[in-house]
Amino acid sequence: MKPTRVTNTIRALRFAHDEMTQADLAERIGVTRQTVIAIEQGRYSPSLEMAFRIARVFGVRLDDVFQYPDSEEVAP
Amino acid sequence: MSKILYLGEAVVTHEEKRAWIMLVVSVIAYAGYVAVVLGRQDGGSLTAVPYVGALLWTVGGAMVASIVAEIVMGMANPRASRVKDVRDREIGRLGDHVGQAFVIIGAVSAMLMAMAEWDWFWIANVIYLCFVLSAVIGSLAKVIVYRRGVPQW
Repeated sequence: MKPTRVTNTIRALRFAHDEMTQADLAERIGVTRQTVIAIEQGRYSPSLEMAFRIARVFGVRLDDVFQYPDSEEVAP
Repeated sequence: MSKILYLGEAVVTHEEKRAWIMLVVSVIAYAGYVAVVLGRQDGGSLTAVPYVGALLWTVGGAMVASIVAEIVMGMANPRASRVKDVRDREIGRLGDHVGQAFVIIGAVSAMLMAMAEWDWFWIANVIYLCFVLSAVIGSLAKVIVYRRGVPQW
């Protein structure tokens, strides 16, 4: 089971932004590269503030970076 | 070559390496202590075994071994980052919280054993065992969370 249901497009956004490295992104948002890896892989859900910082680095809206799936349907 | 596959540094943080060191050193030190005490039993009662020196040397030795291991780790990869970020702090708090439960269990057990007038050998050893369990389970929790992710609740 994944620790968070939040998904993200950070990897694609890095690629679209001149193939930005995880280390570059980590430095710009003030965390370790390992934390960027954990966020990309869905093993760590960042704080709202960190999420905004990531979106700002790429110049996009928060929900262009992070997505949350609709609630699971309850069986009748 | 694509920068997107940049893998210049190890994927293990400094704090995760420290958790591994604590885990391994604690297990080895306690195993050594148990081996020494059981080796001195010689068919008699455990409470008659001289354990105080072995216990103190094991605790001191484990502390020195942890420090030495961290120094060696730093020398082996001097370029590795020692930065501690918000995720490290969250995982550290979680591990400490898990480990702390065993310190309380040890203290309560020792209190009950003292009230029941158990031998000092058992009281000292249950406290030491719970300290070791605190370090081992706390470090194990940190390592698991580093590997599998921070749980949400």
